[in-house]
Amino acid sequence: MSRNPLIREVPPTSWYFRHPLYLRYMSREITSIFIGAYCVLLVVGLQRLAAGPAAWEGFVTALQSPASIVFQFLCLVAAFYHAATWFNATQKAMPLQIGEDFVPGNVISGAHYAAWAVLSVVVLFFTGVF
Amino acid sequence: MAKSHKPVVWFPFAAGGTVIAFCIPVIVLLTFLAALGNVPAGLSYEKMHAFAGNGLGKLIIFGVVALSLWSSAHRLRCTCYDFGIRADTLVATVLYIAAIVLSIAAAMFLLRI
Repeated sequence: MSRNPLIREVPPTSWYFRHPLYLRYMSREITSIFIGAYCVLLVVGLQRLAAGPAAWEGFVTALQSPASIVFQFLCLVAAFYHAATWFNATQKAMPLQIGEDFVPGNVISGAHYAAWAVLSVVVLFFTGVF
Repeated sequence: MAKSHKPVVWFPFAAGGTVIAFCIPVIVLLTFLAALGNVPAGLSYEKMHAFAGNGLGKLIIFGVVALSLWSSAHRLRCTCYDFGIRADTLVATVLYIAAIVLSIAAAMFLLRI
């Protein structure tokens, strides 16, 4: 007796075009490229900060090149998309039960969004943006 | 019971994902403003040097940078696999070593400030 096992052929480089959901997953995956590159930029910034005032001024000036503006903008979009998808996932990743009932998912995600907004406003306040 | 090294990789990954979600957007916003020519007052050399010169500041910066690096390395590893690069051991080795080296570099720069 032989049974044919189900073998699905999955093209390794183009599987995500098969379903819109896969494309959404991959769009989030791609944000990691920008976040990773931005983290490297942060380390470069620390090196410039340690090298003294002239080096730091040079770093801030270099940030203002057209290529840097495009990169920063892409990182900004990637960072906000990553954050939003992360907070949306929290209600699935850490469901919270109080007594008999589960706390509604929107409350869990909403609390994360609120904490994120407060933290961001505090950072912007202390860095003198407003 | 079988032992797994996964918690060692997963804890900083999960912590890094949280740090990236909470902290990186506002940091990118600050450098984006600087890129557009409106350099926030907090990004002046004096302010940055004072923040990174303080022990708590060093700890915060190191925590954010190192955890974000580790999480990004792990996510990039998954991204490479999903895009069809199946040399996972090589990719993982390169990315994790890069994350560790950059974290050590960040710590060294911070200690010099």
